[in-house]
Amino acid sequence: MARKVAGPEIEQLIQLLARLPGLGPRSARRAALHLINKKDQLLAPLAAAMTAARDKIVICETCGNVDTSIECTICADPRRDVSLICVVEEVADLWALERAGVIKGRYHVLGGTLSPLDGVGPEELSIAGLIARARAPEVKEILLALNATVEGQSTAHYLMDQLETCEVTVSQLAHGVPVGGELDYLDEGTLAAAIKARKTL
Amino acid sequence: MQWSDEGIVLSSQAHGETSTIVEVLTREHGRHLGLVHGGRSKRLRPVLQTGNLVRAEWRARLSEHLGKYAVELLEAHAARVLDDRAALAGLNTLTALARLLPEREPHQPLYDVTKLVLEAFSEGEHWPALLVRWEFALLDELGFGLDLDECAATGTTEDLIYVSPKTGRAVSRGAGAPYADKLLALPAFLLPGNGGGASPSDRDVADGFALTSYFFEKNVWQPRNMTPPQVRERLVARLCG
Repeated sequence: MARKVAGPEIEQLIQLLARLPGLGPRSARRAALHLINKKDQLLAPLAAAMTAARDKIVICETCGNVDTSIECTICADPRRDVSLICVVEEVADLWALERAGVIKGRYHVLGGTLSPLDGVGPEELSIAGLIARARAPEVKEILLALNATVEGQSTAHYLMDQLETCEVTVSQLAHGVPVGGELDYLDEGTLAAAIKARKTL
Repeated sequence: MQWSDEGIVLSSQAHGETSTIVEVLTREHGRHLGLVHGGRSKRLRPVLQTGNLVRAEWRARLSEHLGKYAVELLEAHAARVLDDRAALAGLNTLTALARLLPEREPHQPLYDVTKLVLEAFSEGEHWPALLVRWEFALLDELGFGLDLDECAATGTTEDLIYVSPKTGRAVSRGAGAPYADKLLALPAFLLPGNGGGASPSDRDVADGFALTSYFFEKNVWQPRNMTPPQVRERLVARLCG
């Protein structure tokens, strides 16, 4: 068993930091030391920010995004195009699309993908909420921005079936060569998808 | 312990931040799990998609260990059917059902048929009948094969159009007529030696799925207290509804 190098409070800080993604015990120790060295500039504000976040974070009742109000910033933004709903698996995907700044509409976070192996069926995902939103007269298009994986596309196909009764256009992201991608380095699957989705110029 | 084999990815589950536990149906070593270091990386995630054909090298200190896989893509079956609703559901059904096989027991004839079905998903419209045949082969491998060689009542090999739900044996038109409402329909394409006949109709495929559904339910799902894979139910509804 490793010898403890600090008091229980610091050890606990290290152990909790080590549970964050991307951090192991060594990097957690370095992060803890950094926080301790910058106690006033970093540790105290971080602790306060985390406490505030814990107290205020809620899930948006409309789209499933995380924010600090029941209606998230995106849903409350009147400049957003109400006719387009972009469906994503997780909040991380929503943030990625927002970083790119390419979606002018609103979002719907499913909360995962259908996965029989993990016991995730349609009931475990926010599908009923999506169908209800798609039935609203102002909604004209549902963009399925799900991962290009077997689970992601199986979920997309399931959603297409469910959305058939709604009067909306259902679209999905294209699959193919990424920007900056060199054909020589692409996997066979991506190349096959790119060839299949080729377009006439 | 070390071996190298060709196999079909049945599932992959995240393990920690970077690794994946992968389940592969291999030709010589059966359904076999192993850890793939870096399985969640950009390079390996496309390789480890369900249904892909891979070359897998497995290493472990002892045979009973989980072991580690090094995998290399041979055929990207998953990517070819991602846009095809029915074929993707077929692929999901096949991989879900293949997980019924016992671990680490080779099933070479079934493995070879599985490869054919996977290739058929991206090649044409005849794969539903192939999938039904594959389900029959799976039932057989699980020890619940149907006997369709001759009529259970008369011994005739002609005009077999029913299957007895009790015995799983074929019944001829004449012998089965009085009990027609209790017997299951046997589509002609499932009869032994009838592989090269005319293309099965949608009705034949529906009858085939009804037959396999019945015997899966009776012999596999109910005794194991399992529910049928939802994806299979959706596929059957799509193809036969």
